[in-house]
Amino acid sequence: MSDITTLSLTEVRAKLARKELSAVEATSACLARIEATEPKINALLHYDAEAALAAAKALDAAGPDPDQRLWGVPVLIKDAICVKDAPTTCGSKILENFTPFYDASCIEKMRAAGAVILGKANMDEFAMGSSTENSAYKVTANPWDLGKVPGGSSGGSAAAVAAGQCFAALGTDTGGSIRQPAAFCGTVGIKPTYGRVSRYGLVAYGSSLDQIGPLTRTADDAAAVLSVIAGHDPKDSTSAPRDVPDFEAILAGAADLAGLTIGLPDEYWGEGVDAEVRDACRAAVDTAKSLGAKVVPVSLPHTPYAVATYYIVAMAEASSNLARFDGVRYGYRAPEAQSLEELYELSRSKGFGPEVQRRIVIGAYVLSAGYYDAYYRKAAQVRRLIRQDFLAAFEKCDVICGPTSPFAAFTIGQMSDDPLQMYLSDIFTISLNLAGLPGLSMPVGLGASSTMPIGMQLFGRAFDEAAILRTAKVLGNALPPLPQPTAM
Amino acid sequence: MPISSEDAAKVAKLARLRLDDDKLERFAGQMDGILAYMETLGSVDTAGVEPLYSPVTHETPMRADVASKGCSRDQILANAPATDGQFFIVPKIV
Repeated sequence: MSDITTLSLTEVRAKLARKELSAVEATSACLARIEATEPKINALLHYDAEAALAAAKALDAAGPDPDQRLWGVPVLIKDAICVKDAPTTCGSKILENFTPFYDASCIEKMRAAGAVILGKANMDEFAMGSSTENSAYKVTANPWDLGKVPGGSSGGSAAAVAAGQCFAALGTDTGGSIRQPAAFCGTVGIKPTYGRVSRYGLVAYGSSLDQIGPLTRTADDAAAVLSVIAGHDPKDSTSAPRDVPDFEAILAGAADLAGLTIGLPDEYWGEGVDAEVRDACRAAVDTAKSLGAKVVPVSLPHTPYAVATYYIVAMAEASSNLARFDGVRYGYRAPEAQSLEELYELSRSKGFGPEVQRRIVIGAYVLSAGYYDAYYRKAAQVRRLIRQDFLAAFEKCDVICGPTSPFAAFTIGQMSDDPLQMYLSDIFTISLNLAGLPGLSMPVGLGASSTMPIGMQLFGRAFDEAAILRTAKVLGNALPPLPQPTAM
Repeated sequence: MPISSEDAAKVAKLARLRLDDDKLERFAGQMDGILAYMETLGSVDTAGVEPLYSPVTHETPMRADVASKGCSRDQILANAPATDGQFFIVPKIV
């Protein structure tokens, strides 16, 4: 059997449907790829070959089902999402021994669609980080250059997809944590509209910002997975009670970009962006023009305030959400604690890593009496202005486009001592989460000087994931495909 | 306004974290830089702007008033560090 692990999800799915390939064969190929690449990239926290093969065998026994959109397709799941009977650590020591007894709603849907879950992908602890260096367990390496970070916090998911360990991975995006690693690893990653995908079973970080979404090799693949996991869930009151379009069907007829207006925000194309990033993204925009798109300038004037706004909101929400880790009902408990207060303090102080502690402390500060109005309420006001910027821009265009990150993947260790510097690198991804809108990162080539993948973002109107997926598909087909990563 | 180690210790206490002196000093320095950066928001005119705490625009839908099967006590207790089979056990409070 030739190596199938470089195929796209839609390609492998077609082989599975035609019975040219069994679910067990697809799963075995991914497991072999995991064993070959894992010692080099460390993308995974846990995988269970036996359980995956058993699930694949059961699928083969029943036979391919055209109603199951992901029949027999092996996938990986970010470790922030609960998978029944599999360890779910969120990259933290405080959840080292936590095994959920239920599936997150998105996992129920993936299983019902016939996906084979291989295991759990590495991440920055509690999704706090932009490099996957903040995992309490291991540092994931970029499959394109083992000395570089894969981005974060869904770095394990992105590296696994790029390395061919699976055909799709679920990630989560609170401030760019799907899109930035997708850009660094040369994959597609979509953060759906806030409310599009249920968060039930996701370990909460910033509840008003978090969304689950797929990382894949192509826009078609992303459309397939999003069609499965999207939709209202009575268990998540923030999930939107609205119909989900068949994204795959919409993409099926996409041939050109005629009639599409793309907005380029001045704030995303100016200073502070590496030349190789700007050049690769500009060339992609030129290609979009040649495919019939009209390009107009737009403005998102509150962009310079987005990082400060985002980190106030995210840290405040994190400080509240992470109060539940108290050493009582689940997770790490300090054995030496003599009193209840000591139990809380010691369990949390030993269980959480430094970045998590830093964000909890700052979050508690911005919410504390005397500072609430100056920080948290002020940030919530600026958040509304940031959203209004987007709504105004979308009166002039259908899709907004800019670089995903100011630079390509950086060297492991380069930014780990300077938290503020790391936060500032999120400048192009965080506004979207504040506004609650959908965004996608797609590969547009390799950097002229770094030779690492460069990602470009497409933002859409609320619940218009179809527009960005469609644009990404047509543009992706027109751009030269990336080669396979070779560092493994 | 510079953040001292004592300030950091006070907030850490609120968040039920016990940090050693080295870490408090390091955190205080980092908080200083991060909070100073956050204070750039002070220059944005937000007079009359309603805060936006959530991007949700829909009304919370009602579900049918039908009982559903939850989870068992054993499942709830399965991940607890200490139980007696019926309850979570913590150090003596009273």
